[in-house]
Amino acid sequence: MVKPIIEARDVVKTFGTIQAVDHVSFEVYPGEIFAFLGPNGAGKSTTIKMLTTMLRPTSGKLLLNGHDVAKDQAAARKSFGIVFQDPALEEELTAYENMLFHAVLYGVPKGQHTTRIEELMKLVDLWERRDSLVRTYSGGMRRRLEIARGLLHHPQILFLDEPTLGLDTQTRNVLWNYVNKLNKEEGMTIFFTTHYLDEAEQVAERIAIIDHGKIVAEGTTKQLTAKTKTKSLEKAYLKLTGEGIRDEISEDFDGLNVRSALRNQRLRG
Amino acid sequence: MDEIYILWWRQMKRYLRTRSRIFGSIGQPILFLLALGYGLGAVFERAGQGDYLQFLVPGIILQTLLFSGVFWGIQILFDKRFGFLKEMLVAPVPRVKVLLGNALGGTTISIIQAVVVFIVAAAFGFRPENWSMLPVAFLIIVVLSLTLASFGAGLASMVDDFQGFQAINNFLIFPLFFLSSALYPLSNVPDVLRILASINPLSYAVDALRYTMIHQTHFGLGLDLAVIGSALVVSVLFAVNRFNRIQI
Repeated sequence: MVKPIIEARDVVKTFGTIQAVDHVSFEVYPGEIFAFLGPNGAGKSTTIKMLTTMLRPTSGKLLLNGHDVAKDQAAARKSFGIVFQDPALEEELTAYENMLFHAVLYGVPKGQHTTRIEELMKLVDLWERRDSLVRTYSGGMRRRLEIARGLLHHPQILFLDEPTLGLDTQTRNVLWNYVNKLNKEEGMTIFFTTHYLDEAEQVAERIAIIDHGKIVAEGTTKQLTAKTKTKSLEKAYLKLTGEGIRDEISEDFDGLNVRSALRNQRLRG
Repeated sequence: MDEIYILWWRQMKRYLRTRSRIFGSIGQPILFLLALGYGLGAVFERAGQGDYLQFLVPGIILQTLLFSGVFWGIQILFDKRFGFLKEMLVAPVPRVKVLLGNALGGTTISIIQAVVVFIVAAAFGFRPENWSMLPVAFLIIVVLSLTLASFGAGLASMVDDFQGFQAINNFLIFPLFFLSSALYPLSNVPDVLRILASINPLSYAVDALRYTMIHQTHFGLGLDLAVIGSALVVSVLFAVNRFNRIQI
């Protein structure tokens, strides 16, 4: 039997009184493309943050490539790469310098620095603007640069946290084609979140849907539609998570956001 | 090694590209030097304490290192708020290395600023007692900047917002500076001040600088170096401990 490359066992994460992730368990196998779906504030980003060693779980176990992310962080970090949901670029460096910084810090072999940076910057159409400071970039350009940067080193597992948020259709296509290629050619495991269900339907082999911190369904698109007796993933998703719009305040249980939200609550009494 | 270099390189690029920061951080100590040096010089001399500018320069160098190191810590806070810290923290590099690369950047910046302040002081008439002791003074400056940059990094890792950092600055850094022997000699001050200054590690740092630059000492160089060495160890452990705990 193949051992899972990502494994969550009964994971809980609480921020004060808020339970962001509530006894979540799932497994992702090597070479899979796995989509993690859920409404705003469902616990997607918190789960990714725990998997990528940015947050520590309150209880439960998370294994990446067999390494416990809470105990053996350094080894776990060697296994993955990530495209963050929120901006994580250095504004006072040029786009090229941001790429170079990443290449060195993430251990891209020295001989491949220039070729890979050029290839990826051309892929997202930023090569011409490589020497501009990121400070001068527009929102869309920054997003593209982040994606190019995330694809620069070739880890065993790639996390993509809402990578296509705010991207135009062209760039979305480019991104998924490239990700598919990495998956096919290098057997890279892909774990992504998105709000675009068509994307999940097309790209993902397996899908988990999380709501209110709990996994409510898991399986292929076919299994999910069969289970909910619906015609499309979108219909299945809405049936599972309800039609109501979620509270904006709880969007993304970002450690900082939650702490300041709690503080504001306390101030308001 | 490459990783540490690239972290340092990014700090330096950032520093050199934000001119306002360069002028701001050098301007403040120079203002102190001129306003206090010239403003209080005559009184100091009449009280039989000698040349105040000579006495003041080591204190101002320490001020440069202290504020530069602690304000450099804000960089970590910036990185936390604007996301770049994530990029560094999830890298397949031990966190200690991430901290070290960044702190070496902060240390280099502090040293550059201290040297600039020293040159400006020399232009205004400061003369070291014994030029051959200057390399020793420089070594002490290097150790102090690493200590204070680590201290700043540790503090910044603990707070989540700029208000928190401001509070630390007002209630910890300013008192530490003013209650040290940076600005006045401890020989004739009231007991309360003397006791406070004697438990303040910064006093020993100034004292060591004063010994190597103008051959004056209150505590003796041996004790100074012992305190500086311990402060280095404590600050580095503090920074590593706090930095390892950052969650974002």
